[in-house]
Amino acid sequence: MRQSVRMLALAAGFICAGAATAQTPADLQGGYEKDARQSSSAFTGFSPARGETFFKSTHGGDWSCASCHTQDPRTVGKHVVTGKAINPLAPAADPARFTDAVKTEKWFRRNCNDVVGRACTTAEKGDVLAYLMSLK
Amino acid sequence: MGTNHRRRLIHAPTWIIGLVSVAALAWSDAHADGKRFALDNPVYTAECGSCHVPYPPALLSAGSWQGVLSGLDKHFGSDASVDAQQLAELRKYLDQNAGRGRRVDATQPGLRITETAWFRHEHDEVPSATWKSGAVKSPANCPACHTAAATGDYSERGIRVPR
Repeated sequence: MRQSVRMLALAAGFICAGAATAQTPADLQGGYEKDARQSSSAFTGFSPARGETFFKSTHGGDWSCASCHTQDPRTVGKHVVTGKAINPLAPAADPARFTDAVKTEKWFRRNCNDVVGRACTTAEKGDVLAYLMSLK
Repeated sequence: MGTNHRRRLIHAPTWIIGLVSVAALAWSDAHADGKRFALDNPVYTAECGSCHVPYPPALLSAGSWQGVLSGLDKHFGSDASVDAQQLAELRKYLDQNAGRGRRVDATQPGLRITETAWFRHEHDEVPSATWKSGAVKSPANCPACHTAAATGDYSERGIRVPR
């Protein structure tokens, strides 16, 4: 009995691990969309155009997202302080982008603090992701 | 008897060359090892190697590293915060692998490797124009000259100073 419970837990673990690695940018976008609909009845969908404006704006500070990720996120970026190369942010140019929700949230948290001076809203994150996914 | 003696004499230079080579090799290996650092913690290399190369833990004292970890949300002007579990892992790793020798000054635990006396001494021949050049830009940009810095290899043979 105890053995079978352990096996079941193990199997569940593998399924969860499998699900975690199988995320796609569209999956993450779906999560943001669900959140956005729940928090506002006026939500009509994310906008790549709004996302692009957000991405290229300095929001009253020194940096924009484009400062490191460049005006064309399909190209290799460069950290504005350290000079370290940054892989392209657009999923079309780097298929590993936006395939891990935890990693995505971590970088939105850090970078929104640096660029916007606060956490980004779900709507802002969804718009930026819509913009990045629209780049082919 | 006489032939044997001559053979020994002929072979003497070979032996000397051999010994000198072995000694030179041992010296260069020991020398190079001093510039090669282990980067063997996946949390450290991932979380502390995204915006810059993962710097060798041995280049700051344990006190300095704890200072760095206490302010990750405002890390030299950027938010580099990590979750609690990762922070605990980084504390342990950096504490165990921090520098204890001549490279670090434990009495003055600064937060910048580039401000240690050891770093300044090692780089005292680098002209100020090189530091300011577009390819280098910042002393934090180790791989601009130390081409294998990402793997912890700072040995002389890997140095290419951009012109």
